[in-house]
Amino acid sequence: MPRRTIIPFGPQHPVLPEPIHLDLVLDDEKVVEAIPSFGFIHRGLELLCTKKSFQDLVLVAERICGICSFIHGLGYSQGIEKIMDIPVTERAHYLRVFWSELSRIHSHLLWLGLAADAAGFESLFNHCWRIREKILDIIEETTGGRVIFGVCKVGGVRRDVDDDTLKRILGQLKEIEADYNNISEIFIRDYTIRHRFSGVGVLSRDDAHRLGAVGPTCRGSGVNQDQRKLGYAVYNDLDFEPITESEGDSYARCMVRVREVSLSFELIRQAVNKIPDGPVDIKVKGFPEGEFFSRLEQPRGEVVYYVKGNGTKFLSRFRIRTPTFANIPALVHMLAGCDLADVPVIVLSIDPCISCAER
Amino acid sequence: MFEEQEIICIDKQGLLDKIRSVYMEGYRIVQISCTKENTYQIDYTFDKEYKFLDIRVNIPIEDAKLPSITGIYECAFAYENEIHDLFGIQIDGINLNYQGKFYRINVHAPFNIPVAQQGKPPGDKE
Repeated sequence: MPRRTIIPFGPQHPVLPEPIHLDLVLDDEKVVEAIPSFGFIHRGLELLCTKKSFQDLVLVAERICGICSFIHGLGYSQGIEKIMDIPVTERAHYLRVFWSELSRIHSHLLWLGLAADAAGFESLFNHCWRIREKILDIIEETTGGRVIFGVCKVGGVRRDVDDDTLKRILGQLKEIEADYNNISEIFIRDYTIRHRFSGVGVLSRDDAHRLGAVGPTCRGSGVNQDQRKLGYAVYNDLDFEPITESEGDSYARCMVRVREVSLSFELIRQAVNKIPDGPVDIKVKGFPEGEFFSRLEQPRGEVVYYVKGNGTKFLSRFRIRTPTFANIPALVHMLAGCDLADVPVIVLSIDPCISCAER
Repeated sequence: MFEEQEIICIDKQGLLDKIRSVYMEGYRIVQISCTKENTYQIDYTFDKEYKFLDIRVNIPIEDAKLPSITGIYECAFAYENEIHDLFGIQIDGINLNYQGKFYRINVHAPFNIPVAQQGKPPGDKE
């Protein structure tokens, strides 16, 4: 019988920006089983719904994660707006799409940088984050924040962006996109990147569906599933198709993100060209009573917010199912049978956000 | 624009049969969540081509036990271990049972602690 070894992976590891722990059961250099455990940054944020008013809770929702913060706030606000039947204005919806897609670009650029770094390609890492800085500058100019935007609220958005500024930003984004296209070519053609990610952590289409994978993790396996197709905000007015790849390996997941950045530039262009005039928020009266499962597409995949109001200013339940949590079973499946040296790449390939997952 | 959401309430005895029929129809599991009020409300959420379906089971707080659905949806182990660790609900037959070690937290079943005993959140001036 082969001798088995258990190696602890994390919670601190060079490839992990946040703490997650995996017990890797090894047979020689092959991983037989990966046992995940959470809790190092569990903050119990869902419980705050009983202590913060439903209007304040949007600020808590934004702080679930520092990367996809805006979309957290949007998902929560959208759930409350459905319960209270609040007619959010068209302009607010378009601005929400504008900031959501900027969030997606900066999140994917962050991941692409980390992926380049994991492959030992430090100059590419620097270029990804250099471009990301320009996106953060636009976010700062339009919202006042770089990480926590703080612009989404129940009933609309807190800030308007005038049309001249939006047009100017479109010009800036055109330059940024040209810059991005240069580095995306490296991800597509570079031998080192292809060699490091191709064939590593293969997840078949059937497995992706069976294991409940979401976001680029499932789209990299050919599953055409993007919650933006639900048509929330004004995505139903925008022309786009979800990005999919068919190989199901780490490189396919990387390619989905590379192409999704270009799609986000296109969606921003469409949104800015269609944005109507009008107010950006409306006054909210009363308290929420009812329940709704609000579903959106974050950079890492589908996120679900369950909000349940009881007619008071406090909610009786606020539950978030984040994409990283949904991708854990797929991660455990991919790790079984891989080489120990490939574990960091596979873990990185699902773009784990542990702050989100633990809440 | 909001999606239509179908919520079906069933009893605990019919849970596995219902989940099995949902599986046979090709639904993907989206999440399992728990809400504690007068009872534990367990929501099994599914999706098929952007069609939302929620199967809801209410179980009494004094008899907080559920059968595992991991025999049907194997990826449900993450949600079932989470519900066990955060709410203290006993779930029988999980395919990957982490025995309370999925969430490495000091407090057992923190979501079961009554609101009055939870203390004030940081920065609360009220």
